[in-house]
Amino acid sequence: MATDLVPEVVQPAADSSRPASAPRRRRRTKSLGRDLWRYRWLYLLLLPGLVYFVVFKYLPMYGLTIAFKDYVPFLGYSGSEWVGLKHFQELFTGPDFGRLMFNTLLLAVLTIVFVFPAPIVVALLLNELRINVLKRSVQSLVYIPHFLSWTIVASLTYLLFSVDFGVIANWIHGLVGGQKTDYVAQADWFRPLIVLQLLWKQTGWGTIIYLAALAGVDSQLYEAARVDGAGRWRQFWHITLPAIRPTIVVMAILTSGHLMDSGFEQIWLMTTSLNRDVADVFDTFVYYIGITQGSFSYATAVGLFKGLIGVVLIFGSNFLAKRMGQRGLF
Amino acid sequence: MKPIMKQRVRYYDSVGSRVFDVLNVVVLTALALVTVLPLLYVLAGSFATESEISSRPFFLWPHKFVTDTYHYIFSTDTFVRALLTTVGVTAVGTVIQLLLTLTMAYPLAKRFLPGRALVLNLVIFTLVFSGGMIPTYLVVRDLGLLDSYWALMLPLAINPFYLIVVKSFFQELPEALEEAARIDGCNELNVFLRIVLPLSKPIIATFSLFYAVGIWNDYMSPLLYIDDSKKWTLQMIVRQLTAANADSANVLQQLETVTFPEQGLKFAVVVVATLPILFFYPFLQKHFAKGVLIGSVKE
Repeated sequence: MATDLVPEVVQPAADSSRPASAPRRRRRTKSLGRDLWRYRWLYLLLLPGLVYFVVFKYLPMYGLTIAFKDYVPFLGYSGSEWVGLKHFQELFTGPDFGRLMFNTLLLAVLTIVFVFPAPIVVALLLNELRINVLKRSVQSLVYIPHFLSWTIVASLTYLLFSVDFGVIANWIHGLVGGQKTDYVAQADWFRPLIVLQLLWKQTGWGTIIYLAALAGVDSQLYEAARVDGAGRWRQFWHITLPAIRPTIVVMAILTSGHLMDSGFEQIWLMTTSLNRDVADVFDTFVYYIGITQGSFSYATAVGLFKGLIGVVLIFGSNFLAKRMGQRGLF
Repeated sequence: MKPIMKQRVRYYDSVGSRVFDVLNVVVLTALALVTVLPLLYVLAGSFATESEISSRPFFLWPHKFVTDTYHYIFSTDTFVRALLTTVGVTAVGTVIQLLLTLTMAYPLAKRFLPGRALVLNLVIFTLVFSGGMIPTYLVVRDLGLLDSYWALMLPLAINPFYLIVVKSFFQELPEALEEAARIDGCNELNVFLRIVLPLSKPIIATFSLFYAVGIWNDYMSPLLYIDDSKKWTLQMIVRQLTAANADSANVLQQLETVTFPEQGLKFAVVVVATLPILFFYPFLQKHFAKGVLIGSVKE
């Protein structure tokens, strides 16, 4: 999540930079037709992608209207009865809401506290590593898990922590003794395992953006500091850390825009009948309600609620980013 | 500070600094080991006997090297079918994704194109807000794509982030080349096919790998859209056998057999689903940093 590509700023005024030869707009319809013809090949190239976005991104947005209806497949989107905010009322007053909110937010907090700082620390350590071969090898190895699927990560967790033959489970059992703990199934161990998985999968990959920032530091700064008698710690404190501070701020803001997104695949794969109370988050709840139980309207309402909070968070964090003098997402 | 320290040209030689260096090497080596040892253990486990898996604590090399599990995997329809399905869907899906991404990114890179800003904003809006799981599911269902392989490819056909990165790449290409081709009478389609695409080989390589890994690893799409277990992908099989909430009895019933190495099978399936990624990893690694960093290039 923290390594999403940062898209550039979009200039709405880009239209005005047309070549001088482009026809002036006297009558709109006429020039529209002329533009379409003049750039027909470009529009033709654009078309398939545009169709994709309309069908698979914007049609679902229209489909969100069923959050305000009692959707019956037989009656279709427009034929189903309009019920206003009934499903939202059901969500807010229902027994699940508090639990879902708590679980989602607690996972977000755990992510910020444990997962977010990890790549920063590792990047700083890598930056101080003076054996280049080792640095490159460590980098190559720690990037690997990013490319493995959540199913693989969940399976590895199971193979290492299962009661029957899990290596780590047995090892802990050997150290602590007592009764064997079923780490994968039990509710108490759900959150630690989720954090552990995130750390294992994303820490290495997360270092890339910080290492790039560190590589950009002018080495003359270090030389000057050394001449002035600054030791290693002081160089770190006064040069290295300030150099990546803007990156940390941007990544923190980007992360906070996704507080409500608790990776569906990861959570779903780690949910068992024993830990559902702590495992259920909005994303997985939508799946249970909608796909498993077929309450499309209620599930859509839950999804819409989550999505709207997401929009608020993204715009809020973006606003914050700009206030702090950083380049935002928009 | 002691006078002797002042005379030293290199501050590195201080004791604290040396201790730190040693600790740093230890910590980072440990980190690398923690990352790869689970993978190596699973690989070793897939070649071990049942009794060794359940009795030996941790090993990277089995006492007795057996390949029963792999024989078994490649002799059952369920696995072979899933493997072929995954390979096919990944190959076709990646081609579709590349085609759509490249053709859409090129016009979006042309600043003079009327309507470009509108489309670009439509694309970026999808990064902020989406219809979500259920409405998308209903669209896929209404298109009649449930239980179809297309459902594993079409809904993911364009990754908006990748699209924007490719668009930025096209914008960086020297305009003069394209201009020359246009003056020579090439239309935009030919400029794209003959000038731009050949110049874009590195980015095509990068994103075909990214897209392929994405489809190979996708678990949510088959979970949502595929009911028919005959159309399952490898990720579904892996999950059914080894996830915490695994439903392995259900899968194992379908396996047409008498006895098989039950634990070793779990190890081997993970290996089969992981190896292609690890095989392509060196190529990925060559390109991915580029992909990440291009994204931050400003217009």
